[in-house]
Amino acid sequence: MTVTSAPKIVSSRFRFDDSYTLERYLATGGYEGLRKALTMTPEQVAAEVDAASLLGRGGAGFPAGRKWSMLRKAPVRYLVVNGDESEPATFKDHHLIERDPHQLIEGALIAAYAVGAAQAFIYVRGELALGLERVQAALNAAYAFGAVGKNVLGSGFSIDVVLHPGAGAYICGEETALLESLEGKRGFPRIKPPFFPAAIGLYGEPTVVNNIETVSNLPWIITNGGAAFAALGEGASTGTRLFALSGHVRNPGVFEVEMVKTTFRDLIYAPVYGGGVRPGAEVKAFIPGGVSAPWFGPDQIDMPLSQEEVGKAGSMLGSGSVVVMSDQACAVRTAWRITKFFYRESCGQCTPCREGSGWLEKIMHRIEVGAGRMEDLDLLMDVCDNISPGVTWPPAQTTICVLGPSIPSSIASVVRMFSDELLVHVKEGGCPYA
Amino acid sequence: MEQAAGRAGASAAGSSASAAGSAKHFDAATRRKAEDLVSLYPERRSALVPLCHLAQSVDGWLCPDAIREIADLVGISPAEVLGTATFYDLLHTEPVGRHVVSVCTNVACLLRGGEDLLAHAKTSLGVNAGGTDADGQFTLEEVECLAACDRAPCVQVNGRFFGPLAPDDFDSLISDLRDGKLDDVVPSHGVLSRVPRDVGLAAGMSGARTSAGATPGSGSEDRS
Ligand SMILES: Cc1cc2nc3c(=O)[nH]c(=O)nc-3n(C[C@H](O)[C@H](O)[C@H](O)COP(=O)(O)O)c2cc1C
Ligand code: SF4
Ligand code: FES
Repeated sequence: MTVTSAPKIVSSRFRFDDSYTLERYLATGGYEGLRKALTMTPEQVAAEVDAASLLGRGGAGFPAGRKWSMLRKAPVRYLVVNGDESEPATFKDHHLIERDPHQLIEGALIAAYAVGAAQAFIYVRGELALGLERVQAALNAAYAFGAVGKNVLGSGFSIDVVLHPGAGAYICGEETALLESLEGKRGFPRIKPPFFPAAIGLYGEPTVVNNIETVSNLPWIITNGGAAFAALGEGASTGTRLFALSGHVRNPGVFEVEMVKTTFRDLIYAPVYGGGVRPGAEVKAFIPGGVSAPWFGPDQIDMPLSQEEVGKAGSMLGSGSVVVMSDQACAVRTAWRITKFFYRESCGQCTPCREGSGWLEKIMHRIEVGAGRMEDLDLLMDVCDNISPGVTWPPAQTTICVLGPSIPSSIASVVRMFSDELLVHVKEGGCPYA
Repeated sequence: MEQAAGRAGASAAGSSASAAGSAKHFDAATRRKAEDLVSLYPERRSALVPLCHLAQSVDGWLCPDAIREIADLVGISPAEVLGTATFYDLLHTEPVGRHVVSVCTNVACLLRGGEDLLAHAKTSLGVNAGGTDADGQFTLEEVECLAACDRAPCVQVNGRFFGPLAPDDFDSLISDLRDGKLDDVVPSHGVLSRVPRDVGLAAGMSGARTSAGATPGSGSEDRS
């Protein structure tokens, strides 16, 4: 079991009860990264983040430095921090929001300075009432302290930061839907191209959207240097990352681990992380990166937590959430529930997503409750193929956003890994686990 | 609960944008908070969701008069406000109970008993998901992942987390709520954040654009 000696980069203050206060933040190096960044030019700050090769932590894993550099020519108006965190089984940003709000504010300020934004918005999903209170209180304190507002820390740089509450809609995590939502509209993803809000973003102006965890890394990167960050992990997967571990493990929770040097087995079994599966149970399957990701089986458990390797193996680290199913879990019921989620959360603009999710949900449900037919197995794959031709990984894109093409992931996983279990449901007229 | 009046009003809200200007549903303090919210954004419409949360913090739900006043504040028709609000699960265009109890049954909670907990909640509260009990105390909802899967199976009441919860824990939670023992922890439904922004958008800040009619930082400096 490997537990590397990598430092805690974003969760170092989690051990303090008062980690969310300005006093604790300042006593533990808070706002030093910002102070240093303000003595550098915006280009130097961006170069440091490039050197860290920090990959976005929101799901797509796009390099943060590259995203910013696409903007260096046009003046960026807005920075938007994505704290919608609604991908099922993802709860890492929840901890960062509640337990270290100043860190994400400082990170947002560094990003805003690097890209030259005039205003920043922190979008937090509306269900996080305590998180919203903590971030607002932290913002009030940061304004009073002089870290936000006019003439930040005496540097001449000015920025206004607004906390914006969401109101319950998974799709608002998709960055163009988030911008629509921030404009006071329904959260409908925008038609691409443009592929990045860098060109046409909030109010039609150049905008950078970064995830909460992505920006929370910035104070450390600026303080310690991009090279120190890049020295952790391996290849393109540098640094540490927060993993949200849930399901049939003894200690569900959020753990900061070094990329690549740590494996799924370490995460699931190490006593300081998941502590293993429930007594007497084995791992039957696990989801490596949120419910949009194809599942893995026990034979993939020794794979390193590396964006490239997981991608090559046909899935993704996505939003950094690992869901463990023990041999007591019904794969059919689990996949059905995930499909139901997509059916409820599809925004409805695209036919394959809106209709396909509903059909898959109905077929999976009838199999689970014992009303399935033999031909349903082919029918499932046929509907999957209609949503995303070939049911490949990464999925073929047929819709406005990638929610639609992600829907087949869990179904195809069950058909591939647990076809016998599907057949038992059909033949025996019900769920063997019920 | 003005259920019937609410329904009648909802259709009226969609019918006329021009009447909106005269609507005054918010009291003076709420109106001032509302204007502050509008002033934070380069374009007024961005304040729509925050204004809906503000209205819910007063009424518990989005009543037609509030919708009219929000429409007036952001400069669109009440029908557009209603049409936007219905997209969002947390915005209620029908009255709800004082406590909205949201039980998660998504994957992490499912694996740890979320469905059983929901079934228990239905029996215990005597309502189906989506329903409100007779005395308007509790509305029960089945919800998607709440980003608290480390506390599975988990429940929210008015946005505050509880979990992991066994059926017995659920019952004691409900009785504590009923007896008002948790009033400090769980404000009534609609109160999202009890921490107001105490600084306004500083006038003339570095290039932040403002929409026509919105005065940047209009009187919102240093208000708590
Ligand atoms: C359906 C869908 C939901 C998403 N939800 C989130 C989310 O909750 N939080 C997030 O940061 N990114 C989410 N994303 C990814 C964002 O679109 C975007 O890539 C990300 O916020 C960029 O930040 P990063 O580059 O720092 O990772 C989602 C994408 C899709 C397609
Ligand atoms: S793929 Fe689905 S969620 Fe995405 S825009 Fe189309 S209908 Fe909406
Ligand atoms: S699955 Fe229930 S809180 Fe995430």
